[in-house]
Amino acid sequence: MDLIKLVHQQLNTQPTFPEFRSGDSIVVSYKIVEGVKERIQDFKGDVIQIKGSGAGKTFTVRKMSNGVGVERIFPFFSPHIVEVKVLKRGKVRRARLYYLRDLVGKKAKIKEKRTFN
Amino acid sequence: MTSIFDQNGRSVACTVVHAQPNVVTQVKTVDSDGYDAIQLAYGEAKVKNTPQSMQGHFEKAKTAPKRKLVEFRDYDLSKNLGDLVSMDEIFAEGEKCSAIGTSKGKGFQGVVKRHKFEGVGQATHGQHNRLRAPGSIGASSYPSKVVKGMRMAGRMGGERVKIKNLRVQKLLPDQNLILIKGAIPGHNGSFIIIEK
Repeated sequence: MDLIKLVHQQLNTQPTFPEFRSGDSIVVSYKIVEGVKERIQDFKGDVIQIKGSGAGKTFTVRKMSNGVGVERIFPFFSPHIVEVKVLKRGKVRRARLYYLRDLVGKKAKIKEKRTFN
Repeated sequence: MTSIFDQNGRSVACTVVHAQPNVVTQVKTVDSDGYDAIQLAYGEAKVKNTPQSMQGHFEKAKTAPKRKLVEFRDYDLSKNLGDLVSMDEIFAEGEKCSAIGTSKGKGFQGVVKRHKFEGVGQATHGQHNRLRAPGSIGASSYPSKVVKGMRMAGRMGGERVKIKNLRVQKLLPDQNLILIKGAIPGHNGSFIIIEK
């Protein structure tokens, strides 16, 4: 009887978004609460790491915004995530793409994984 | 510990406490014992591991032998012998509570960890072997002794600790679980007392 797992399954909203891996290009739509107003904002970028397990699992999305690298960490089970869309599957050789931080321009581009179905 | 998301979408770190209903095994009153108290029992024990005197005590309350007995003084519960006290009678979500447990044993520790001494400030300028040292423990010929209670290295942890002002984050009465915001003393699976 794993009580911690039980609590996690009962109290945290289980995500409905599609599975993605590091290297994939995704759009995260998340709720922003400003006082009483609520709006939805999109964050589009590459997943550079998926970290942790259970209730503390997070993923990091990196994008270039006006020449400045911006990274955002999202908890997997956050009720504020409305939707996640996978745009491209990336072809990468490691799970944590920290090397992208040192690269700019064309070198920081992740090759797309081609699948035939 | 785990974390849950509250209604504002914020992640809250919680300790999960398994709190099955407790049995009232003794009610003490001013007339019989000189003070008011209620004795609660928790956990299951084997009959062969329970002393006969305790078996008789549990029989009075018409309950199976229990592992832990705790007395709560001056609590107005109006319960009788053998009644069950469940957690949702006592706690509500968002209320303050305190937790008492036995802290994790840390073994023989130096003064820096045990008493939050700062050691000697410098690692350079000729300092040698002094980085985590306690420094002076008193004067010389007067008083010619070390004052009692001088904080020194020694065994740390494994003692009764009470943490106040914790908050009941969530109650799950079906599973008999209490989620308390923050950490509580003791290692995983240890017994604790939660009181209001």
